[in-house]
Amino acid sequence: MGAKGFFTDTTICIGCKACEVACKEWNQLPDDGFFFSGMSYDNTLDLGASTWRHVEFIERPVALSGQETGLGNFSWLLMSDVCKHCNDAGCLDACPTGSLIRTEFESVYVQPDICNGCGYCITACPFGVIDRRDDDGRAWKCTLCYDRLKDDMEPACAKACPTKSIHFGELDNLREMAKGRVVELQEAGVEEAYLYGADAAEQPGTEGLNAFFLLVDKPEVYNLPPEPVAPRKQVKQSWLALAAAGVAMTIVAVGAVLSGVQQS
Amino acid sequence: MAECHPVGFQWVMEAKARGATIIHVDPRFTRTSAMADIHVPLRAGTDIVFLGAIVNYIIENERYFREYVVNYTNASAIVTEDFQDTEDLDGLFSGWDEQKGQYDINSWQYKDVRISPAAGNRELFTGEPKSERGTQLRSVHHDRSLQDPHCVFQIVKRHFSRYTPAMVEEVCGVPQALFLKVAEALCRNSGRERTAAFCYAVGWTQHSVGVQYIRTAAIVQLLLGNIGRPGGGILALRGHASIQGSTDIPTLYNLLPGYLPMPKAKSDTSFDKYIEANRADSGWWGEFPKYAVSLLKAYYGDAATAENNWCYDHLPHISGDHSHMVTVAAMADGLVKGYFIVGENPVVGSMHGALQRKAMRKLDWLVVRDFAPTETAEFWRVAPEIERGEVRPEEIGTEVFFFPCAAHTEKDGSFTNTQRMLQWHHKAVDPPGDCRSDLHFFYHLGERLRQRYADSTDPKDQPLRDLTWDYPTKGAHAEPDAETILREINGWTVADKQPVSGFTDLKADGSTACGCWIYSGCYADNVNKPARRKPGSEQDWVALEWGWAWPSNRRILYNRASADPEGKPWSERKRYVWWDEGQGKWTGYDTPDFIADRAPTYRPDKEAKGKDTLAGDDPFIMQGDGKGWLYAPNGLLDGPLPTHYEPQESVAENALYGQQCNPARMEWTRKSNPYHRAFQDPRFPYLITTYRLTEHHTAGGMSRWLSWLSELQPEMFCEVSPTLAAKVGLTNGGWATITTARGEIEARVLVTERITPLRIRGRTVEQIGLPYHWGSQGLVRGDSASELIAFVADPNVSIQESKALTGNIVAGRRSRDRRVVTSGPLVAPLTLADGTQVAEVDERDLPPVQQKPVGKHGIRSGRSKQTEET
Repeated sequence: MGAKGFFTDTTICIGCKACEVACKEWNQLPDDGFFFSGMSYDNTLDLGASTWRHVEFIERPVALSGQETGLGNFSWLLMSDVCKHCNDAGCLDACPTGSLIRTEFESVYVQPDICNGCGYCITACPFGVIDRRDDDGRAWKCTLCYDRLKDDMEPACAKACPTKSIHFGELDNLREMAKGRVVELQEAGVEEAYLYGADAAEQPGTEGLNAFFLLVDKPEVYNLPPEPVAPRKQVKQSWLALAAAGVAMTIVAVGAVLSGVQQS
Repeated sequence: MAECHPVGFQWVMEAKARGATIIHVDPRFTRTSAMADIHVPLRAGTDIVFLGAIVNYIIENERYFREYVVNYTNASAIVTEDFQDTEDLDGLFSGWDEQKGQYDINSWQYKDVRISPAAGNRELFTGEPKSERGTQLRSVHHDRSLQDPHCVFQIVKRHFSRYTPAMVEEVCGVPQALFLKVAEALCRNSGRERTAAFCYAVGWTQHSVGVQYIRTAAIVQLLLGNIGRPGGGILALRGHASIQGSTDIPTLYNLLPGYLPMPKAKSDTSFDKYIEANRADSGWWGEFPKYAVSLLKAYYGDAATAENNWCYDHLPHISGDHSHMVTVAAMADGLVKGYFIVGENPVVGSMHGALQRKAMRKLDWLVVRDFAPTETAEFWRVAPEIERGEVRPEEIGTEVFFFPCAAHTEKDGSFTNTQRMLQWHHKAVDPPGDCRSDLHFFYHLGERLRQRYADSTDPKDQPLRDLTWDYPTKGAHAEPDAETILREINGWTVADKQPVSGFTDLKADGSTACGCWIYSGCYADNVNKPARRKPGSEQDWVALEWGWAWPSNRRILYNRASADPEGKPWSERKRYVWWDEGQGKWTGYDTPDFIADRAPTYRPDKEAKGKDTLAGDDPFIMQGDGKGWLYAPNGLLDGPLPTHYEPQESVAENALYGQQCNPARMEWTRKSNPYHRAFQDPRFPYLITTYRLTEHHTAGGMSRWLSWLSELQPEMFCEVSPTLAAKVGLTNGGWATITTARGEIEARVLVTERITPLRIRGRTVEQIGLPYHWGSQGLVRGDSASELIAFVADPNVSIQESKALTGNIVAGRRSRDRRVVTSGPLVAPLTLADGTQVAEVDERDLPPVQQKPVGKHGIRSGRSKQTEET
């Protein structure tokens, strides 16, 4: 079975939040509380244990190529964020119980009956996606609607999206479609369009995302890390750094002793 | 459109992907603007200047589609020399009657001919000798060179000559360059090879001159040749599922199904008079008697006979204006006893919540059907005036009945949405508990009433006894079968009860019955056509086998106009419907909206009647003259051409005319409905506009009780620009209190660049945006914007003005004991700098709106006064 995932084209997202609601309804997730954030039209603020699709509203003092508004240098970027189902997934590596697995669809899935709530996955996710629920302590995130996929249905968010901003399908097809879309946009004058995390070459730290995005500004603008890296990739580096630190401390210690000896 | 119609907006996005230019004109930068190629912020309430300037641009630069304009519109018709324009009379048309406070429309007529409109106020000639319409229409004087100073084209040209880009900048606050960009894009995308479409919603309608906003767009589209053609049109985005259906088979007081007028008590005293007043001698409305008789046969079955005029006298006859605000005002005066509210929440979703509640306090009984007890159902328990102790629940005599109702997923039925398309929905689950469908409620209510009067011999009970009410029911709760009702709407031949194939089968001799003539054909051959779901990918692009659109499954109205006068497509690219010479009939992708075998060369003779008066090149078949009306000689109460009037309460003086507001608008002069000064009231310096958000549904009955929607927009808020925030001391996420003379509300503050101050005649105008979804009930609560809105209305359709009013904003929360005007004046009378006090109701017009005759229920247009209020 081929790898499946999302291609989210933010240039045609109208910010209707149908994906966010469809996800909550299908997965029967609780609300995040009724909290007026004052941050544009975003009141759920981030991905978390009870929000697996999240729409961002970015009011930006920069004009969008190809758009003219009487407001001058202004544009409103809308983007539906989701778990990236990384090819090299930090959460998966960190899970000590085997609750997190990679499925036959190449998605990353939390088995709630095995999760012990240790929370290691949370610090291991370079995107801050996975999160524990306060009430049951376990970790939760997007399942890529594993239950729907088993019945040959697309995930609830993609099904609900009215403008096809969220595409679901075979990753090979999605990548091809996405590259075509970037070319189309660039030819239309939106030269800033690019793909975020489409493959390993573009994003070595995760070896590519199974849920990747078309963006028109730097990742940071969308609250995405510019260079996400799965923690395991840094293990070698960490051990080397630790070893180096150990050597250095040894030298310092020995030096201190010696200098002390000399002084006395 | 992306905000309020996200599902429909997918087609706009598809058009954009195929190269369409998307233009969004809106005071705010919304989700729609985010997707648009051009976004134009303009001052709310000034769209006629913007659109009128486009008309002027098209004419001045000769960008109109000349062949279309000459052949398919009334541009060449000669108007009587008595007509005087607003340019001549400083904002009034000829015929203004100061005593009556309304227009006499005789001077607006075509020369030597009087004509009835296809829709609108058809009764304007009622009571006078019926003018000869019919064949005489062929003798309307024309100047096809469009040069005669009295021809419609020249009148339109003169009327809009001062609507220039400079005027747009001055009145709307839109820079000339941006305006010209829009005008040019529109012209460039119109003509033989291309078409452009307008989409609008209540941002255009909810004004005291709302109907004329849409008329201006109609003039633009007719001049550019964008009506009746693929990719063209003016698309009304109706705000609610099946709102279109609720006017087709109306919940409106003045219409019967299929836009047949409700009989009027004063003039339609007999069936013959009713027919006489509504049948046109020319155009499709010549068929009127067939539809009226078939409707009566559907209502009264065997009891309806030729001898008793098909039970015409059983129909209710209206005695005046019984529209929403008129009725609510009468209710507040104790003149109305009972009130059914079905799936509506007028305290939150309409206007002037305090007056709405005051009106309901005077009722004997109130029935509310909704999913949850809304603010309207709870008006007697939770309200500002009750919190303050001014009204005590135990002193309210109204008996309130709350009926929980079934959702659309819990019942069979149809939706008729924006595109006139009927789509059937099947019940997915049974409604929980005591919830029942509206169909169940009204069927069983009727059944009980009929049982109660079954043995009555009183003539006034005869209509109930004669009613056909024999719908089969099913299930434990005796739910009426919805398909049977669809079948009745379609119509049948009385003899064998077999469905008719369409409205052309209907007869005026009582041999057919039909519940709504425009829907006739939706159940032809005993097939539920609205239930068809053949995917678009399996049929051609017009997709005639998805659902069913009235009339006759036509997807584009007046599509005869997609072909040239000879019947050939205007261009290959815009090919849609055309004349097939070989077969001798009209054909195309869509169902032709024309008489199938009427050749383009057909010309009616002098004796022709009804639809036979329509020539082969008269695409607008519902009109008496078969033409699209640039100029409306009849049908509108506030002028044959759109004219810019400022809102009832404005931040600016009318820059074009001495007449400030629409002279024919409806005002309610009563203590509980005070108005601000007409313009620049120093107490209310800011412009307020109201709107909806994607996350909530209208007055919130379907969304504020649902956690997944409530969390997305959890509190009432106001949107203000950073400059206004700085000026007034508002902080993002903090609180603000917004006030008008009607009430005060508090709201969270959202400071955003998406709301921009505009430069109007050298000064800065700040706008305040208010979503209107919240109320005192539900999971998420907040004050309702409706508390701020006055009773004032467009004269043609009695719609409120909630898209442009004035108000004040200050930082901080309102007092805990919130005040409303029904408990006494909220603001001090205005004192000018020289110490003079301005009267409570300031005269705002030159000449002033006059008092109008007042009947027991309020009555007609213009200022209506009810004095019984204390």
